[in-house]
Amino acid sequence: MITLTDYLILGAILFAIAVMGLFINRKNLVVLLMCVELMLLAVNINFVAFSRYLENRTGQIFVFFVLTVAAAESAIGLALLVVVFRHRRSINVQDLDQLKG
Amino acid sequence: MSPSAWLQETVFWFFGTVLVLAALRVITAKHPVHAALFLVLCFFNTAVLWILSGAEFLGLVLVLIYVGAVLVLLLFVVMMLDVEVAKLREGFVRYAPLGVVIACLLVFELAYVFWAHALGFHALGHLPRVTATHNNTRALGTTLYRHDLYPFELAGMILLVGLIAAILLTLRRRPGIRSQNPAQQVRVRARDRIRLVSLPSGRRHSS
Repeated sequence: MITLTDYLILGAILFAIAVMGLFINRKNLVVLLMCVELMLLAVNINFVAFSRYLENRTGQIFVFFVLTVAAAESAIGLALLVVVFRHRRSINVQDLDQLKG
Repeated sequence: MSPSAWLQETVFWFFGTVLVLAALRVITAKHPVHAALFLVLCFFNTAVLWILSGAEFLGLVLVLIYVGAVLVLLLFVVMMLDVEVAKLREGFVRYAPLGVVIACLLVFELAYVFWAHALGFHALGHLPRVTATHNNTRALGTTLYRHDLYPFELAGMILLVGLIAAILLTLRRRPGIRSQNPAQQVRVRARDRIRLVSLPSGRRHSS
């Protein structure tokens, strides 16, 4: 039988892969956005598994709202990306140093 | 083990494996377009896993909204940008060991928590069976419209704000472009457009 632990381990592996992606693709803004999407997906897998395990629908409602917010986030993120590319002709994170951070 | 349980387990492990491999390819792909396409594969596999665990509505929503809208938007943007791929991959090898170490640490920590008996998940880890008459979409809709109506409308507002923000950010006003001004077009009166001039009627020269 599939257990709750299986789902949680899968979510943990996916989240760790996304964190790894943040480290090794630290220059590419597009892939960074994709890694954030992967993280949200991993969290959503945990929500769905717990919702099934506890026989409670609240987890699925939460996933619903996470998906909504993630869609808005990626839309705004991509809009910012397009604006950045228009100004700097590049999406390299290292070129974004106008704020002198 | 019953045949249905065996089938469930096979489906879970197959799609879970493909999901992990696709996620690995997302972060290691050379070109962002390939990464986006592997991300699509990830979302499809996750949708299968969600449907397997009885969340059919969310599985379908994931395919329809995420793959159908968000990732297509991502693909469009990636294809429109003229990206220098080689320059963006600088430091890939340098930071890879650090990334792998941190990822392994994370997985081991989380796995330790899940396998430890402290939380009691191990003994109770079996998921309850979904009955044949269970209607996930109806149940979710009832909860959403009856108990969580206010958050639901708030989510709509978030999407609206996101929409307006995205349009406003990418809108550009370039000088020297001829465009229509609908407000002025609506407000126009006939006398602004036509000027009637009374001319003396021409006399024919009789010669």
